Amino acid sequence: MDPSVSPLLDVQHLTTVFDVAGRALRAVDDVSFEVRKGETLGLVGESGSGKSLTAYSILRLVQPPGRIASGRVLFQGRDLLALPEREMRKVRGAGIALIFQEPMTALNPVFTVGDQIAEAMLVHGLATRAEAKRRAVELLDAVRVAEPDRRVRDYPHQLSGGMRQRVLIAMAIACRPSLVIADEPTTALDVTIQAQILDLLREMREAFDLSMLLISHDLGIIAGSADRIAVMYAGRLVEQGPVRDVFRSPAHPYTKALLASIPSGATGRRLKAIEGSVPPLTELPRGCAFAPRCPDALPQCQLEPPPIADIGPGRVVRCFACSPFSVLR
Amino acid sequence: MPLLTVRNLVKEFSRSRGWWGRPSVVRAVDSVSFSIEPGETFGLVGESGSGKTTTGRCILRLVEPTSGEVRFQDRDVLALSREELRRTRRDMQIVFQDPYSSLNPRMRARTIVEEPLVIHKLGTKTERRERVAELFRLVGLDPAHLDRYPHEFSGGQRQRIGLARALALNPSLIVADEPVSALDVSVQAQVINLLIDLQERLKLTYLFIAHDLRLVEHICDRVAVMYRGRILEMGHTAALFRSPAHAYTRALLSAIPIPDPDTRPTRIEWDASSVDLRLPLRQVDQGHWAAI
Repeated sequence: MDPSVSPLLDVQHLTTVFDVAGRALRAVDDVSFEVRKGETLGLVGESGSGKSLTAYSILRLVQPPGRIASGRVLFQGRDLLALPEREMRKVRGAGIALIFQEPMTALNPVFTVGDQIAEAMLVHGLATRAEAKRRAVELLDAVRVAEPDRRVRDYPHQLSGGMRQRVLIAMAIACRPSLVIADEPTTALDVTIQAQILDLLREMREAFDLSMLLISHDLGIIAGSADRIAVMYAGRLVEQGPVRDVFRSPAHPYTKALLASIPSGATGRRLKAIEGSVPPLTELPRGCAFAPRCPDALPQCQLEPPPIADIGPGRVVRCFACSPFSVLR
Repeated sequence: MPLLTVRNLVKEFSRSRGWWGRPSVVRAVDSVSFSIEPGETFGLVGESGSGKTTTGRCILRLVEPTSGEVRFQDRDVLALSREELRRTRRDMQIVFQDPYSSLNPRMRARTIVEEPLVIHKLGTKTERRERVAELFRLVGLDPAHLDRYPHEFSGGQRQRIGLARALALNPSLIVADEPVSALDVSVQAQVINLLIDLQERLKLTYLFIAHDLRLVEHICDRVAVMYRGRILEMGHTAALFRSPAHAYTRALLSAIPIPDPDTRPTRIEWDASSVDLRLPLRQVDQGHWAAI
């Protein structure tokens, strides 16, 4: 990692818990990563891995019984977790924008898309009403919506799923944020529309000089869009590194298994499945959460969570079986 | 002889337009024809609105088709009486997409799996008990968990319960409608492997309905690509993926994200207005048909 460039977003030891029945269940557990200027970090994990909750924690949108228990979220050098709510409101949208998964529910059905794009700019005091209206048309044009001056008066139900996702992207970039968090932005879409939206996100990143945290369960999407990848399992970040290196030589047994389980056409008919399932938060094992499903598990994996270890330029892994720590002990 | 033959299947839905508007007719399935050989896995792929799910339901008559012909084990399915249909349905079962909503939350797993046997009045109480335990083991579940409720199982396990129920009557055809799309990748692979194992052991035939092309490529012998109610291309999986003949198939295949950072797909755009979607299928190669 180049120490001379301070990251745009620096998440340090973030821990978010759910207070349930007198217990604090660690849904995000000691997660650290950074997003540098201009790059896209792909955050991968299955359902329940804590990847979306990590995003909500960064924006401080966690609802009770969820609670951010500890850690720091440095954005442009300021700790977001220490900001007063009033300041935080300025960061949301204008500093960090969020693109949701469900374009059907993320838009308000009773306002035109133009109103909704303009609203963010008005709330942040970035434009007058007339300017905001004009900018809304420009933004729709930027996200490749045909006939933007007509579409701006449409209501969400008049648009297809792909068009709605374009509107959400227009809303996200309206206030010129420096970081966009896209939470499964194409999961609800058909594959041809998904390809268009992913192309658009890449284009927007160039045009508006954006950094991006792209959350997805699909390794194909991450491979095509991210510069670096962070893999989460049961609330912990298990591996992180440049996307090419991690895909070429995955270190963590979970990353290996995940890559191996992707159907790849012609190869034999049986898939390489990971036996068992992700443990529920209430039944997380004491040691490494992946140990019960791991083919390489060592006795010590059952006893304590492995520490984070450096295993190469910009690469870290949290695993006894594959980190230098296993040799030391 | 094919196990299932579908010929010129049509399903129209009428949609009313307000109080005074004349109802408009939507063709969800438009002259669909294909056949499936015993033991084969036939994939029906398409995006939302392509009519793939409606086609599957018409075959089982869960939705009544508007016209066309469905022959199953040489029976004319659309001409069957209620009672005959009920008996025929023993041999063709469906597995639904969403294991969260397709199982009755108030029933124990045991009751869910046993229900088809009760409905068809098969076996004594003891025999059914044994059969249910056997089915549970068959799909890789622990019979000790038979008295649990659906919410006590994970998504993958729930899909196994749905499969056990579908297998209760020893069917020859399973219509699997997006059977793994609600599951995580690692669990998806388990269920796919189970489907493959069961096919070998029980000599099953699958109509596999899916939008995930990677999955379809992996497990189907033959594939039909649907778009707006019509089959635009059909052929052996390897040949169709290697040399797609229809512009839509080419666009669809080029949109699949590739899990390799060094391989960028060459994206092919699809423009429905540039193609005549009404063209009939014609043979472009041995067993390979396209509407071009």
